[in-house]
Amino acid sequence: MNLEDIINKTKTYYCLECGKCTAVCPVSRHNSNFSPRLMLERALMDSEGELIHDRELFSCLTCYACSHLCPSEVDYPVFTQKVRSLASSQGEHGDCAHSGTLLSLMRLMSRPNIKQRRLDWLDGCHTSEKSEILYFVGCAPYFEPIFEDIEVSPVNVARNSIRILNALGIEPMLLPNERCCGHDLLWTGDVETFKKLAQFNAEMIKESGAKKIVFSCPEGYRTFKIDYPQYVKLDCEPVHITELLAQNLSKLSLRPRAKREGSNPEVKKVTYQDPCRLGRHLGIYEPPRELIKAIPGIKLVEMEHSGDESICCGTSVWTNCSSCSKEIRIERLSEAKATGAELMITACPKCQIHFKCAMVDKGAEKGADVKMEVMDLVNLVANAMETQE
Amino acid sequence: MAEFEPKIIAFCCNWCTYAAADIAGTSRIHYPANVRIVRVMCSGTVDPIYILRAFEMGADGVLVAGCHEADCHYLNGPLKCDAMFEKIKKMVNTLGLEGERLRREMIAAAEAPIFAHVIEEMVEQLKKLGPSPLREGVKV
Repeated sequence: MNLEDIINKTKTYYCLECGKCTAVCPVSRHNSNFSPRLMLERALMDSEGELIHDRELFSCLTCYACSHLCPSEVDYPVFTQKVRSLASSQGEHGDCAHSGTLLSLMRLMSRPNIKQRRLDWLDGCHTSEKSEILYFVGCAPYFEPIFEDIEVSPVNVARNSIRILNALGIEPMLLPNERCCGHDLLWTGDVETFKKLAQFNAEMIKESGAKKIVFSCPEGYRTFKIDYPQYVKLDCEPVHITELLAQNLSKLSLRPRAKREGSNPEVKKVTYQDPCRLGRHLGIYEPPRELIKAIPGIKLVEMEHSGDESICCGTSVWTNCSSCSKEIRIERLSEAKATGAELMITACPKCQIHFKCAMVDKGAEKGADVKMEVMDLVNLVANAMETQE
Repeated sequence: MAEFEPKIIAFCCNWCTYAAADIAGTSRIHYPANVRIVRVMCSGTVDPIYILRAFEMGADGVLVAGCHEADCHYLNGPLKCDAMFEKIKKMVNTLGLEGERLRREMIAAAEAPIFAHVIEEMVEQLKKLGPSPLREGVKV
Protein backbone atom coordinates (compact mmCIF):
# COMPACT_ATOMS: atom_id res chain seq x y z
CA MET A 1 0.00 0.00 0.00
CA ASN A 2 1.46 3.38 -0.95
CA LEU A 3 0.67 6.73 0.57
CA GLU A 4 -2.01 7.49 -2.02
CA ASP A 5 -3.84 4.24 -1.20
CA ILE A 6 -3.62 5.05 2.49
CA ILE A 7 -5.08 8.49 1.91
CA ASN A 8 -7.91 7.02 -0.11
CA LYS A 9 -8.58 4.27 2.35
CA THR A 10 -8.65 6.45 5.45
CA LYS A 11 -10.33 9.34 3.58
CA THR A 12 -7.90 11.87 4.95
CA TYR A 13 -8.82 14.21 2.09
CA TYR A 14 -12.03 14.97 3.99
CA CYS A 15 -9.94 16.96 6.47
CA LEU A 16 -11.43 20.44 6.91
CA GLU A 17 -8.32 21.76 8.62
CA CYS A 18 -10.45 22.80 11.57
CA GLY A 19 -7.67 21.85 13.98
CA LYS A 20 -9.87 20.17 16.59
CA CYS A 21 -7.57 17.16 16.46
CA THR A 22 -4.51 19.20 17.35
CA ALA A 23 -6.40 21.08 20.04
CA VAL A 24 -7.35 17.87 21.81
CA CYS A 25 -4.17 15.89 21.11
CA PRO A 26 -2.30 15.23 24.37
CA VAL A 27 1.01 15.08 22.49
CA SER A 28 0.54 18.41 20.69
CA ARG A 29 -0.05 20.11 24.04
CA HIS A 30 3.48 19.32 25.16
CA ASN A 31 5.33 18.81 21.90
CA SER A 32 4.77 21.68 19.48
CA ASN A 33 6.47 19.79 16.64
CA PHE A 34 3.62 17.34 16.47
CA SER A 35 0.19 18.10 15.09
CA PRO A 36 -2.26 15.59 13.59
CA ARG A 37 -3.72 18.28 11.33
CA LEU A 38 -0.32 19.23 9.90
CA MET A 39 0.56 15.57 9.54
CA LEU A 40 -2.50 15.06 7.32
CA GLU A 41 -1.80 18.20 5.37
CA ARG A 42 1.74 17.08 4.76
CA ALA A 43 0.50 13.66 3.65
CA LEU A 44 -1.79 15.28 1.10
CA MET A 45 1.01 17.52 -0.19
CA ASP A 46 3.71 14.90 0.05
CA SER A 47 5.04 14.51 -3.46
CA GLU A 48 8.61 13.85 -2.38
CA GLY A 49 7.84 10.96 -0.02
CA GLU A 50 9.20 12.90 2.95
CA LEU A 51 6.43 12.03 5.37
CA ILE A 52 7.66 8.54 6.23
CA HIS A 53 11.00 9.97 7.33
CA ASP A 54 9.36 12.38 9.76
CA ARG A 55 10.49 11.66 13.30
CA GLU A 56 7.15 12.77 14.69
CA LEU A 57 5.34 9.99 12.84
CA PHE A 58 5.97 7.74 15.81
CA SER A 59 4.92 10.32 18.41
CA CYS A 60 1.20 9.69 17.94
CA LEU A 61 -0.31 7.71 20.83
CA THR A 62 -3.12 6.36 18.61
CA CYS A 63 -5.42 7.21 21.52
CA TYR A 64 -8.31 8.27 19.25
CA ALA A 65 -8.84 11.59 21.03
CA CYS A 66 -8.51 13.33 17.63
CA SER A 67 -10.77 11.13 15.54
CA HIS A 68 -13.34 11.13 18.29
CA LEU A 69 -13.88 14.85 17.71
CA CYS A 70 -13.18 14.98 13.97
CA PRO A 71 -16.21 16.40 12.12
CA SER A 72 -15.09 14.65 8.91
CA GLU A 73 -14.56 11.32 10.69
CA VAL A 74 -11.00 10.96 9.49
CA ASP A 75 -9.51 7.87 11.11
CA TYR A 76 -6.19 9.38 12.13
CA PRO A 77 -4.92 6.43 14.23
CA VAL A 78 -5.46 3.98 11.38
CA PHE A 79 -3.85 6.46 9.00
CA THR A 80 -0.87 6.55 11.38
CA GLN A 81 -0.79 2.78 11.60
CA LYS A 82 -0.68 2.40 7.81
CA VAL A 83 1.88 5.15 7.24
CA ARG A 84 4.06 3.59 9.92
CA SER A 85 3.96 0.25 8.15
CA LEU A 86 5.04 2.06 4.99
CA ALA A 87 7.84 3.78 6.93
CA SER A 88 8.83 0.54 8.61
CA SER A 89 9.18 -1.19 5.25
CA GLN A 90 11.73 1.51 4.39
CA GLY A 91 13.70 0.91 7.56
CA GLU A 92 12.27 3.79 9.60
CA HIS A 93 11.25 3.24 13.20
CA GLY A 94 10.50 5.22 16.31
CA ASP A 95 12.68 5.54 19.37
CA CYS A 96 12.11 2.33 21.25
CA ALA A 97 11.56 2.59 24.98
CA HIS A 98 13.48 0.08 27.11
CA SER A 99 15.95 -0.13 24.18
CA GLY A 100 13.43 -2.18 22.25
CA THR A 101 13.54 -5.15 24.64
CA LEU A 102 9.77 -5.57 24.60
CA LEU A 103 9.42 -5.37 20.84
CA SER A 104 12.25 -7.87 20.50
CA LEU A 105 10.45 -10.30 22.81
CA MET A 106 7.35 -9.93 20.65
CA ARG A 107 9.29 -10.68 17.49
CA LEU A 108 10.89 -13.71 19.16
CA MET A 109 7.42 -15.05 19.96
CA SER A 110 6.75 -15.26 16.23
CA ARG A 111 9.42 -17.94 15.78
CA PRO A 112 7.70 -21.23 14.89
CA ASN A 113 9.64 -23.62 17.14
CA ILE A 114 9.40 -21.65 20.34
CA LYS A 115 8.14 -23.57 23.39
CA GLN A 116 7.50 -21.04 26.11
CA ARG A 117 7.39 -21.61 29.85
CA ARG A 118 4.90 -18.91 30.60
CA LEU A 119 2.56 -20.42 33.14
CA ASP A 120 4.63 -20.93 36.27
CA TRP A 121 2.69 -18.37 38.33
CA LEU A 122 -0.63 -20.15 38.57
CA ASP A 123 -0.63 -20.99 42.29
CA GLY A 124 -4.08 -20.83 43.80
CA CYS A 125 -5.78 -20.64 40.40
CA HIS A 126 -8.05 -23.32 39.02
CA THR A 127 -7.71 -23.87 35.32
CA SER A 128 -8.87 -26.70 33.13
CA GLU A 129 -7.46 -28.53 30.13
CA LYS A 130 -10.67 -28.25 28.18
CA SER A 131 -13.14 -25.46 28.56
CA GLU A 132 -15.29 -23.27 26.35
CA ILE A 133 -13.74 -20.22 27.96
CA LEU A 134 -10.15 -19.30 27.36
CA TYR A 135 -8.25 -16.70 29.35
CA PHE A 136 -5.67 -14.84 27.25
CA VAL A 137 -2.77 -14.01 29.56
CA GLY A 138 -0.96 -11.58 27.27
CA CYS A 139 2.50 -10.18 27.96
CA ALA A 140 2.26 -10.29 31.77
CA PRO A 141 4.93 -13.00 32.29
CA TYR A 142 7.41 -10.92 30.25
CA PHE A 143 6.49 -7.58 31.85
CA GLU A 144 6.92 -9.01 35.33
CA PRO A 145 10.76 -9.03 35.58
CA ILE A 146 11.11 -5.77 33.62
CA PHE A 147 8.83 -3.73 35.85
CA GLU A 148 9.43 -5.27 39.25
CA ASP A 149 11.61 -2.26 40.14
CA ILE A 150 8.64 0.10 39.95
CA GLU A 151 6.47 -2.36 41.85
CA VAL A 152 4.06 -3.28 39.10
CA SER A 153 3.00 -6.88 38.94
CA PRO A 154 1.06 -7.69 35.77
CA VAL A 155 1.20 -11.38 36.66
CA ASN A 156 -0.74 -10.60 39.79
CA VAL A 157 -3.48 -9.11 37.63
CA ALA A 158 -3.56 -12.28 35.54
CA ARG A 159 -3.68 -14.43 38.69
CA ASN A 160 -6.50 -12.38 40.16
CA SER A 161 -8.41 -12.48 36.86
CA ILE A 162 -8.39 -16.26 36.99
CA ARG A 163 -9.38 -16.27 40.68
CA ILE A 164 -12.34 -14.02 39.91
CA LEU A 165 -13.35 -16.26 37.03
CA ASN A 166 -13.08 -19.19 39.45
CA ALA A 167 -15.42 -17.40 41.84
CA LEU A 168 -17.94 -17.19 39.00
CA GLY A 169 -17.66 -20.94 38.59
CA ILE A 170 -15.48 -20.68 35.47
CA GLU A 171 -12.29 -22.70 35.23
CA PRO A 172 -10.71 -21.18 32.15
CA MET A 173 -8.38 -22.86 29.75
CA LEU A 174 -4.96 -21.28 29.11
CA LEU A 175 -2.69 -21.64 26.12
CA PRO A 176 0.70 -22.93 27.33
CA ASN A 177 2.45 -21.56 24.26
CA GLU A 178 0.32 -18.46 23.73
CA ARG A 179 1.99 -15.91 21.46
CA CYS A 180 1.97 -12.18 21.79
CA CYS A 181 -1.23 -10.72 20.30
CA GLY A 182 0.97 -8.52 18.09
CA HIS A 183 -0.72 -5.24 19.01
CA ASP A 184 2.51 -3.32 19.49
CA LEU A 185 4.07 -4.67 16.31
CA LEU A 186 1.01 -3.77 14.26
CA TRP A 187 0.99 -0.21 15.58
CA THR A 188 4.74 0.24 15.08
CA GLY A 189 4.36 -0.87 11.48
CA ASP A 190 5.73 -4.43 11.60
CA VAL A 191 2.72 -5.97 9.88
CA GLU A 192 4.55 -9.06 8.64
CA THR A 193 5.43 -10.26 12.15
CA PHE A 194 1.97 -9.29 13.34
CA LYS A 195 0.42 -11.56 10.72
CA LYS A 196 2.61 -14.47 11.82
CA LEU A 197 1.61 -14.02 15.45
CA ALA A 198 -2.06 -13.74 14.49
CA GLN A 199 -1.88 -16.97 12.52
CA PHE A 200 -0.20 -18.87 15.36
CA ASN A 201 -2.74 -17.64 17.89
CA ALA A 202 -5.71 -18.32 15.62
CA GLU A 203 -4.50 -21.88 14.98
CA MET A 204 -3.93 -22.58 18.67
CA ILE A 205 -7.33 -21.19 19.60
CA LYS A 206 -9.01 -23.22 16.88
CA GLU A 207 -7.35 -26.39 18.17
CA SER A 208 -8.35 -25.59 21.74
CA GLY A 209 -12.01 -25.40 20.75
CA ALA A 210 -12.66 -22.28 22.84
CA LYS A 211 -15.88 -20.36 22.23
CA LYS A 212 -15.07 -17.27 24.28
CA ILE A 213 -11.75 -15.56 25.04
CA VAL A 214 -11.48 -13.43 28.15
CA PHE A 215 -8.95 -10.59 28.27
CA SER A 216 -7.75 -8.52 31.18
CA CYS A 217 -5.68 -6.41 28.78
CA PRO A 218 -7.52 -3.89 26.58
CA GLU A 219 -4.83 -3.99 23.88
CA GLY A 220 -5.11 -7.72 23.37
CA TYR A 221 -8.88 -7.35 23.38
CA ARG A 222 -8.84 -4.66 20.73
CA THR A 223 -6.44 -6.63 18.58
CA PHE A 224 -8.60 -9.76 18.69
CA LYS A 225 -11.82 -7.90 18.20
CA ILE A 226 -10.91 -5.41 15.49
CA ASP A 227 -7.58 -6.34 13.90
CA TYR A 228 -7.51 -10.15 13.83
CA PRO A 229 -10.68 -10.54 11.73
CA GLN A 230 -8.92 -8.61 8.95
CA TYR A 231 -6.12 -11.16 8.76
CA VAL A 232 -7.27 -14.49 10.25
CA LYS A 233 -10.44 -16.43 10.92
CA LEU A 234 -11.51 -16.61 14.54
CA ASP A 235 -14.50 -18.71 15.54
CA CYS A 236 -14.82 -17.35 19.02
CA GLU A 237 -15.96 -14.25 20.77
CA PRO A 238 -13.44 -12.01 22.55
CA VAL A 239 -14.70 -10.37 25.72
CA HIS A 240 -13.09 -8.05 28.24
CA ILE A 241 -13.15 -9.20 31.83
CA THR A 242 -14.89 -6.01 32.98
CA GLU A 243 -17.78 -6.71 30.59
CA LEU A 244 -18.05 -10.28 31.81
CA LEU A 245 -17.98 -9.21 35.46
CA ALA A 246 -20.47 -6.39 34.99
CA GLN A 247 -22.92 -8.93 33.55
CA ASN A 248 -22.41 -11.21 36.55
CA LEU A 249 -22.34 -8.63 39.33
CA SER A 250 -24.92 -10.43 41.45
CA LYS A 251 -22.77 -13.55 41.60
CA LEU A 252 -19.71 -11.72 42.89
CA SER A 253 -20.84 -10.68 46.40
CA LEU A 254 -18.37 -7.85 46.90
CA ARG A 255 -17.60 -6.46 50.32
CA PRO A 256 -15.24 -3.73 51.47
CA ARG A 257 -11.85 -4.77 52.69
CA ALA A 258 -12.07 -2.55 55.77
CA LYS A 259 -14.87 -4.69 57.18
CA ARG A 260 -12.73 -7.77 57.18
CA GLU A 261 -9.89 -6.00 58.90
CA GLY A 262 -12.29 -4.84 61.58
CA SER A 263 -11.42 -1.16 61.12
CA ASN A 264 -13.83 1.66 60.61
CA PRO A 265 -15.47 1.24 57.21
CA GLU A 266 -14.62 4.66 55.86
CA VAL A 267 -15.66 5.56 52.37
CA LYS A 268 -12.66 5.51 50.11
CA LYS A 269 -12.63 7.80 47.09
CA VAL A 270 -11.29 6.35 43.88
CA THR A 271 -11.06 7.65 40.35
CA TYR A 272 -11.00 5.74 37.09
CA GLN A 273 -8.60 6.15 34.18
CA ASP A 274 -10.16 4.97 30.93
CA PRO A 275 -7.55 3.10 28.88
CA CYS A 276 -7.74 4.39 25.28
CA ARG A 277 -8.09 0.90 23.86
CA LEU A 278 -11.02 0.05 26.09
CA GLY A 279 -12.65 3.47 25.95
CA ARG A 280 -12.45 5.32 22.67
CA HIS A 281 -11.30 2.30 20.62
CA LEU A 282 -14.09 -0.04 21.78
CA GLY A 283 -16.58 2.18 23.55
CA ILE A 284 -16.48 0.32 26.86
CA TYR A 285 -16.98 3.05 29.46
CA GLU A 286 -19.76 1.77 31.66
CA PRO A 287 -18.88 -1.82 32.66
CA PRO A 288 -15.73 -0.80 34.59
CA ARG A 289 -17.68 1.96 36.34
CA GLU A 290 -20.52 -0.38 37.22
CA LEU A 291 -17.97 -2.70 38.78
CA ILE A 292 -16.34 0.03 40.83
CA LYS A 293 -19.70 1.32 42.01
CA ALA A 294 -20.75 -2.18 43.02
CA ILE A 295 -17.99 -2.37 45.61
CA PRO A 296 -19.34 -1.07 48.91
CA GLY A 297 -17.23 1.41 50.80
CA ILE A 298 -15.89 2.92 47.61
CA LYS A 299 -16.98 6.12 45.96
CA LEU A 300 -16.14 6.79 42.35
CA VAL A 301 -15.21 10.38 41.56
CA GLU A 302 -14.56 11.40 37.97
CA MET A 303 -11.57 13.39 36.76
CA GLU A 304 -11.95 16.59 34.77
CA HIS A 305 -11.47 14.58 31.61
CA SER A 306 -13.17 11.23 31.82
CA GLY A 307 -15.03 8.75 29.66
CA ASP A 308 -14.58 9.61 26.00
CA GLU A 309 -12.60 12.72 26.93
CA SER A 310 -10.13 10.74 28.99
CA ILE A 311 -6.42 11.46 28.51
CA CYS A 312 -3.99 8.74 27.48
CA CYS A 313 -1.23 7.59 29.86
CA GLY A 314 1.38 9.11 27.56
CA THR A 315 3.12 6.32 25.67
CA SER A 316 1.88 3.60 23.41
CA VAL A 317 3.56 0.60 21.82
CA TRP A 318 6.83 1.16 23.72
CA THR A 319 7.83 3.85 21.28
CA ASN A 320 8.85 7.49 21.56
CA CYS A 321 8.63 7.67 25.34
CA SER A 322 9.96 11.15 26.00
CA SER A 323 9.78 14.11 28.34
CA CYS A 324 6.50 14.86 26.59
CA SER A 325 5.11 11.48 27.71
CA LYS A 326 6.16 12.23 31.25
CA GLU A 327 4.43 15.60 31.18
CA ILE A 328 1.21 14.02 29.93
CA ARG A 329 1.37 11.60 32.85
CA ILE A 330 2.10 14.29 35.39
CA GLU A 331 -0.83 16.31 34.05
CA ARG A 332 -3.10 13.31 34.29
CA LEU A 333 -1.93 12.43 37.79
CA SER A 334 -2.55 16.02 38.88
CA GLU A 335 -6.10 15.73 37.54
CA ALA A 336 -6.52 12.54 39.52
CA LYS A 337 -5.14 14.17 42.64
CA ALA A 338 -7.51 17.12 42.20
CA THR A 339 -10.52 14.83 42.58
CA GLY A 340 -9.44 14.08 46.13
CA ALA A 341 -9.27 10.38 45.37
CA GLU A 342 -6.62 8.31 47.09
CA LEU A 343 -6.60 5.60 44.48
CA MET A 344 -6.52 5.61 40.70
CA ILE A 345 -8.09 2.59 39.09
CA THR A 346 -7.20 1.56 35.58
CA ALA A 347 -7.99 -1.48 33.48
CA CYS A 348 -4.80 -1.67 31.43
CA PRO A 349 -1.43 -3.01 32.63
CA LYS A 350 0.41 -0.40 30.58
CA CYS A 351 -1.43 2.56 32.12
CA GLN A 352 -0.37 1.27 35.52
CA ILE A 353 3.24 0.84 34.43
CA HIS A 354 3.37 4.31 32.88
CA PHE A 355 1.86 6.16 35.83
CA LYS A 356 4.03 4.37 38.35
CA CYS A 357 7.09 5.10 36.22
CA ALA A 358 6.24 8.82 36.16
CA MET A 359 5.84 8.83 39.94
CA VAL A 360 9.23 7.20 40.41
CA ASP A 361 10.89 9.41 37.81
CA LYS A 362 9.36 12.73 38.79
CA GLY A 363 8.91 11.84 42.44
CA ALA A 364 11.85 13.91 43.65
CA GLU A 365 10.69 16.96 41.74
CA LYS A 366 6.91 16.81 42.17
CA GLY A 367 6.71 14.67 45.30
CA ALA A 368 3.29 14.50 46.91
CA ASP A 369 1.65 16.39 44.02
CA VAL A 370 1.65 13.30 41.85
CA LYS A 371 2.05 10.48 44.35
CA MET A 372 -1.00 8.26 44.52
CA GLU A 373 -1.82 4.61 44.52
CA VAL A 374 -2.54 3.11 41.10
CA MET A 375 -4.31 -0.20 40.90
CA ASP A 376 -5.77 -2.47 38.29
CA LEU A 377 -9.53 -2.86 38.41
CA VAL A 378 -9.14 -6.63 38.54
CA ASN A 379 -7.05 -6.34 41.72
CA LEU A 380 -9.61 -4.01 43.28
CA VAL A 381 -12.40 -6.51 42.63
CA ALA A 382 -10.27 -9.41 43.84
CA ASN A 383 -9.49 -7.54 47.06
CA ALA A 384 -13.16 -6.89 47.67
CA MET A 385 -13.93 -10.55 47.08
CA GLU A 386 -11.33 -11.97 49.41
CA THR A 387 -13.50 -10.95 52.35
CA GLN A 388 -15.70 -13.99 51.84
CA GLU A 389 -12.97 -16.44 52.70
CA MET B 1 25.78 -34.57 8.09
CA ALA B 2 28.40 -32.43 9.72
CA GLU B 3 28.30 -32.10 13.49
CA PHE B 4 26.29 -29.18 14.76
CA GLU B 5 28.54 -26.22 15.52
CA PRO B 6 26.87 -23.80 17.89
CA LYS B 7 27.34 -20.06 17.57
CA ILE B 8 28.06 -18.18 20.76
CA ILE B 9 28.02 -14.42 21.13
CA ALA B 10 30.22 -13.28 24.02
CA PHE B 11 29.91 -9.75 25.40
CA CYS B 12 33.27 -9.17 27.06
CA CYS B 13 34.30 -6.18 29.11
CA ASN B 14 37.23 -4.23 27.69
CA TRP B 15 39.31 -4.28 30.87
CA CYS B 16 39.07 -7.86 32.05
CA THR B 17 37.48 -10.58 29.97
CA TYR B 18 38.45 -9.09 26.62
CA ALA B 19 42.02 -8.88 27.88
CA ALA B 20 41.74 -12.48 29.08
CA ALA B 21 40.62 -13.54 25.61
CA ASP B 22 43.53 -11.58 24.18
CA ILE B 23 46.01 -13.30 26.47
CA ALA B 24 44.45 -16.67 25.67
CA GLY B 25 45.30 -15.88 22.05
CA THR B 26 48.85 -14.68 22.58
CA SER B 27 49.54 -17.60 24.93
CA ARG B 28 48.24 -19.99 22.25
CA ILE B 29 45.65 -21.54 24.51
CA HIS B 30 43.32 -23.57 22.32
CA TYR B 31 39.58 -23.10 22.60
CA PRO B 32 36.75 -23.74 20.14
CA ALA B 33 36.21 -21.22 17.38
CA ASN B 34 32.44 -21.10 17.99
CA VAL B 35 32.55 -17.86 19.87
CA ARG B 36 32.15 -14.36 18.41
CA ILE B 37 33.40 -11.76 20.85
CA VAL B 38 31.77 -8.35 21.12
CA ARG B 39 33.88 -5.93 23.12
CA VAL B 40 31.95 -3.65 25.46
CA MET B 41 33.44 -1.04 27.77
CA CYS B 42 31.92 -2.59 30.87
CA SER B 43 29.70 -5.58 31.62
CA GLY B 44 27.40 -3.03 33.25
CA THR B 45 26.59 -1.54 29.83
CA VAL B 46 25.13 -4.79 28.53
CA ASP B 47 21.41 -4.25 28.06
CA PRO B 48 18.78 -7.01 27.78
CA ILE B 49 18.27 -5.98 24.15
CA TYR B 50 21.87 -6.99 23.26
CA ILE B 51 21.13 -10.50 24.43
CA LEU B 52 17.69 -10.71 22.84
CA ARG B 53 19.02 -9.37 19.54
CA ALA B 54 21.74 -12.02 19.58
CA PHE B 55 19.10 -14.73 19.98
CA GLU B 56 16.91 -13.02 17.39
CA MET B 57 19.77 -13.10 14.89
CA GLY B 58 20.38 -16.78 15.46
CA ALA B 59 22.85 -17.19 18.32
CA ASP B 60 22.69 -20.56 20.10
CA GLY B 61 24.21 -19.22 23.28
CA VAL B 62 25.15 -15.88 24.80
CA LEU B 63 27.92 -15.21 27.31
CA VAL B 64 28.14 -12.01 29.32
CA ALA B 65 31.55 -11.76 30.95
CA GLY B 66 33.36 -8.98 32.76
CA CYS B 67 35.48 -8.05 35.74
CA HIS B 68 35.18 -9.46 39.21
CA GLU B 69 33.25 -7.15 41.48
CA ALA B 70 36.25 -5.42 43.05
CA ASP B 71 38.09 -4.97 39.73
CA CYS B 72 35.60 -2.78 37.90
CA HIS B 73 37.01 0.32 36.24
CA TYR B 74 33.70 2.06 36.78
CA LEU B 75 33.18 0.98 40.41
CA ASN B 76 29.91 -0.95 40.21
CA GLY B 77 29.54 -2.28 36.65
CA PRO B 78 29.41 -5.96 37.64
CA LEU B 79 26.62 -5.24 40.14
CA LYS B 80 24.62 -3.50 37.43
CA CYS B 81 25.30 -6.42 35.14
CA ASP B 82 24.13 -8.89 37.79
CA ALA B 83 20.89 -7.00 38.30
CA MET B 84 20.27 -6.89 34.55
CA PHE B 85 21.16 -10.54 34.22
CA GLU B 86 18.58 -11.60 36.82
CA LYS B 87 15.89 -9.98 34.70
CA ILE B 88 16.98 -11.26 31.32
CA LYS B 89 17.41 -14.75 32.75
CA LYS B 90 13.73 -14.76 33.68
CA MET B 91 12.68 -13.48 30.25
CA VAL B 92 14.83 -16.01 28.43
CA ASN B 93 13.41 -18.75 30.63
CA THR B 94 9.86 -17.65 29.79
CA LEU B 95 10.80 -17.75 26.11
CA GLY B 96 11.52 -21.44 26.73
CA LEU B 97 15.28 -21.42 26.24
CA GLU B 98 17.42 -23.75 28.33
CA GLY B 99 19.39 -22.10 31.15
CA GLU B 100 22.71 -23.18 29.62
CA ARG B 101 22.18 -20.92 26.62
CA LEU B 102 22.74 -17.80 28.67
CA ARG B 103 25.75 -17.57 30.92
CA ARG B 104 27.21 -14.92 33.18
CA GLU B 105 30.90 -15.11 34.14
CA MET B 106 33.46 -12.96 35.87
CA ILE B 107 36.85 -13.48 34.29
CA ALA B 108 39.79 -11.27 35.21
CA ALA B 109 42.41 -10.13 32.69
CA ALA B 110 44.93 -12.72 33.91
CA GLU B 111 42.47 -15.62 33.79
CA ALA B 112 42.98 -16.65 30.16
CA PRO B 113 42.77 -20.40 30.90
CA ILE B 114 39.44 -19.85 32.65
CA PHE B 115 38.11 -18.00 29.59
CA ALA B 116 39.16 -20.88 27.35
CA HIS B 117 37.61 -23.36 29.76
CA VAL B 118 34.28 -21.49 29.91
CA ILE B 119 34.04 -21.44 26.13
CA GLU B 120 34.91 -25.14 25.90
CA GLU B 121 32.29 -26.01 28.48
CA MET B 122 29.64 -23.89 26.81
CA VAL B 123 30.29 -25.33 23.37
CA GLU B 124 30.04 -28.83 24.80
CA GLN B 125 26.71 -28.08 26.50
CA LEU B 126 25.29 -26.35 23.44
CA LYS B 127 26.27 -29.23 21.19
CA LYS B 128 24.22 -31.50 23.42
CA LEU B 129 21.26 -29.09 23.35
CA GLY B 130 21.33 -28.59 19.59
CA PRO B 131 20.39 -25.40 17.72
CA SER B 132 18.38 -22.71 19.47
CA PRO B 133 14.63 -23.12 18.92
CA LEU B 134 14.48 -19.40 18.16
CA ARG B 135 16.84 -19.83 15.23
CA GLU B 136 14.24 -21.18 12.81
CA GLY B 137 13.83 -19.00 9.78
CA VAL B 138 16.98 -16.99 10.41
CA LYS B 139 19.96 -17.16 8.12
CA VAL B 140 22.91 -17.66 10.46
